[in-house]
Amino acid sequence: MIYLTIFVLAAAISSPLASRARMRLAFPKNLFISVFEWFGELGFFCARLFRAALVPPYEFGELLRQCDEIGSKSLPLVALAGAATGVVLSLQTRDSLIRFGAKSFLPAVIVFSIIKESGPIITGLIVSGRVGAGIGAQLGSMKVTEQIDAMEASAVDPYKFLVATRVLACILMLPLLTLASDFCGIFMGWIANMLAEPISLRLFLESGFKNALFSDFIPPTLKTMVFGFIIGLVSCFQGMRTRGGTEGVGRSATSSVVLSSLFVVVADVLLVRLILTIWG
Amino acid sequence: MSNQTNDSPIVIEGLRKAFGEQKVLDGINLKVAKGETVAVLGRSGGGKSVFLKLLIRLQTPDSGSIRIAGQEITKLNEKQLNDVRKKIGFLFQQAALYDSLTVEENVAFPLKRHTKKSAAEQKDRVRELLADVGMDQDLEKLPSQISGGMQKRVGLARALALDPEILLFDEPTAGLDPITATEIGSLILELKKKRQMSAIVVTHDVQGAKAYSDRMVLLHQGTIQAEGNLEELQRSKDEFVAQFVGYGSR
Repeated sequence: MIYLTIFVLAAAISSPLASRARMRLAFPKNLFISVFEWFGELGFFCARLFRAALVPPYEFGELLRQCDEIGSKSLPLVALAGAATGVVLSLQTRDSLIRFGAKSFLPAVIVFSIIKESGPIITGLIVSGRVGAGIGAQLGSMKVTEQIDAMEASAVDPYKFLVATRVLACILMLPLLTLASDFCGIFMGWIANMLAEPISLRLFLESGFKNALFSDFIPPTLKTMVFGFIIGLVSCFQGMRTRGGTEGVGRSATSSVVLSSLFVVVADVLLVRLILTIWG
Repeated sequence: MSNQTNDSPIVIEGLRKAFGEQKVLDGINLKVAKGETVAVLGRSGGGKSVFLKLLIRLQTPDSGSIRIAGQEITKLNEKQLNDVRKKIGFLFQQAALYDSLTVEENVAFPLKRHTKKSAAEQKDRVRELLADVGMDQDLEKLPSQISGGMQKRVGLARALALDPEILLFDEPTAGLDPITATEIGSLILELKKKRQMSAIVVTHDVQGAKAYSDRMVLLHQGTIQAEGNLEELQRSKDEFVAQFVGYGSR
């Protein structure tokens, strides 16, 4: 997992110039140096982000606009992905459970799978694709067209106006989108189940949530705030360091998606371990 | 120092900037007096835009001194630097309008953040600024819906929003047709008469610069190769200066 992460990371951040990439591949030492450089720059970026987010004045208007951009506009896609997961889960699990004589557990399996893992991770990956690419490309194009310079020249901190608002919006919207995804997944899981064997929604939910605790639901939902932070941070970082015209904008959009998806998956592994350690 | 500062809102001494081995600016000295407009001419890639960006610390110089409105900007912290930046209006080469905001919102952007004007006062001020540059008809349009010349006008209105003491223009007429370029030149001249601001205009356009500048400096190989009005530059014995001004004057 660690090797795979480093490999993908290195590939994503060393892509700017083919000749440089070839040179780097010839010298793995340089490749590792560029990975560490990337993390170092990300650290400084984080420090600027926290200062911009904590020190007034705050850009509430822009924050609301970003919440709409990231939240409402991702909702249809996230809901669709959640619904598809619910249907597939219902169809796939049903056969297996019938084989083991545990058909009555189907609602619980669907509910637990969705609220504990499928909902959060699918939401994280869908948002990292849609929003990560959007932020990377938008900030990248602002960078190459000197709009970010213009903002600084107007004595406005671009970290406050552009970065902090986007990262905060991602943090706030991810749990809400996850709830929407969970809802659609469970609902469509019931629909798929009902088509095979009629069961009322109430009975489906009662048997699904019978043994569910808040600790099954709250930590996995709240862990998506970390996903939101990762998506916002990595995409803004890649966007703000764009170089080289439209080609650079394309690279930033791609690397934003690749890196934020990668870090969401890695963070999920770590957070699941942490949640299991704390809540059992 | 205060007398000198009053006379010269922009004082640059020994300014140096290099990117790796390439020396872009190599010891630039320049003073711009109050109300004076200086045109900085030079070849493409000669460091003119870098020079302008150093003046508001969008890039940091390797060495040298830059005093803007009496403040040594190379030594200021972020808050102090932003206070100085509020005294400077900057028109970027491609106007650099925020493409997600309308024309009106672009001009209101600095007003919202740096003044205590009410929404109605801001609206009036925006309309007044846009009227000054002949753009008061397209308030609700996005930058992508207006032409390059119109974008430059809106960029100029935004640069003027905080009533700056100093204006910096990066290629204000580049990429425009001759008529629009002349219109922008006339606007600069008009602003100069009306507002008495000090200005530095980075440009290739020798004829345009002759119309609106009090003085021209020719940047070449990182240094100021020649300085004076167009006639003085035309009389220069230096081959590059004569060639540059000769081509530019045709």
